[in-house]
Amino acid sequence: MAKDGPTSAERFIRGILPENPVYRQLLGMCPTLAVTSGMKTAMTMAGAVAFVMICANIITSIIRNLLRPHLRILVFTLTIATFVTIADRFLAAKLYEMSKQLGPYVPLIIVNCIIICRCEVCASKQSVLTAASDAVGQSMGFAVALATIASVREILGAGTWFDIRILPDNWPNWGIMVLPPGAFLTLGILLGAANWIGSARAKRTARSGCS
Amino acid sequence: MEYLGELILIAVGAAIINNFVLYSFVGICPFIGVSRRVDTAFGMGCAVTFVITIAALLSWTFTYYILRPGAPLTAWVWHLVNPDAKGAVDLTILSYIVYIFVIASSVQLVEMYVRKFFPPLYKSFGVFLPLITTNCAILFACLEIMKHVAGASDPSKVWDLGRSLTLAIFGGVGFTIAIVIMAGIRQDLDNCDVPKALRGAGITLIVAGILSLAFMGFAGVNTQLVVLMGGAK
Repeated sequence: MAKDGPTSAERFIRGILPENPVYRQLLGMCPTLAVTSGMKTAMTMAGAVAFVMICANIITSIIRNLLRPHLRILVFTLTIATFVTIADRFLAAKLYEMSKQLGPYVPLIIVNCIIICRCEVCASKQSVLTAASDAVGQSMGFAVALATIASVREILGAGTWFDIRILPDNWPNWGIMVLPPGAFLTLGILLGAANWIGSARAKRTARSGCS
Repeated sequence: MEYLGELILIAVGAAIINNFVLYSFVGICPFIGVSRRVDTAFGMGCAVTFVITIAALLSWTFTYYILRPGAPLTAWVWHLVNPDAKGAVDLTILSYIVYIFVIASSVQLVEMYVRKFFPPLYKSFGVFLPLITTNCAILFACLEIMKHVAGASDPSKVWDLGRSLTLAIFGGVGFTIAIVIMAGIRQDLDNCDVPKALRGAGITLIVAGILSLAFMGFAGVNTQLVVLMGGAK
């Protein structure tokens, strides 16, 4: 595709931090909030999202020349729904306890805006390799975001990380952190921190550019 | 009386105790994106309630008659094709694809219908309709209904249309309550000096956390309601 733009490698790097889907683009908030009460659930979710996003991006990229503009969103969602069904059945077969814990949030990957957004912005215009590396980068970024939120919530809320005790036993658990309000508060504060770091860095580069 | 009591419990549960936005985290995107002003927030809430009801009606019909194990329509077709077959046919594996198709097409249909027959209504919430397709709240309601229709072990516990619609409508009402409260707070926040990094989504999420904390206070209302209704009987 003769469209000027970032190369595959750049797209991969870009997804992880500079265009992080959660902190920068504010996409896919529902799973971000719902599954981050512990690291295990968060990482399972990140894996499922990565699988669906990579497969859906590759398929969309293969069929991009057949797509009709007014039907494309429907085609994207149906492709995604197919892969989500596969991921959901797989989880139910291999990790039954985990799939029960995640509950409705696995099927809700279908309406996760990150995947539809990547299909629309990247995969429907680029070659298969570019689309795949973009999907890998974005899903890594999503995993990083989930991991940061889940670490804060699990360590403060239960004193554990991946179910391993890391804080002393006399640590008073902040029960609220693993409950719904904790999710909103953590994400809000981390979002503020990410913005603050981003603007501080922008200021620094601007200053060094002037001098 | 018992049926009515169950409906009340479902309604209170969906609207307040397990509020879609503040407890189940669905519909966060419009909750953050469209909660700048009270009137647009209210419009969005009404549009979601409207679509959620229609999607619930359709998805209940599909689940009950076609998708659930041993559904009548599927059994009939299966019997026509394969007269000596035994056992029930289970099509629940197709449910996600069917639901997303139902939601996307019902949003399209509702949009066309409203534009043709109710132009003022279209003007007030027409712009939000396409956005709703990717609103998780709709799919979440469909999945909850599926859990109670296809997943029920006991045939007497299978939800009928009334219970499913109650869940959908009051889920939508809960969404409207949450988004309107949020918009009211955000309008007042405009006069506050919020730290620069937190402006926009950051402060909205923190306010949502405090709201969610307040809504946790409703936990236990349902057990109290059961006691009350038991006492009234």
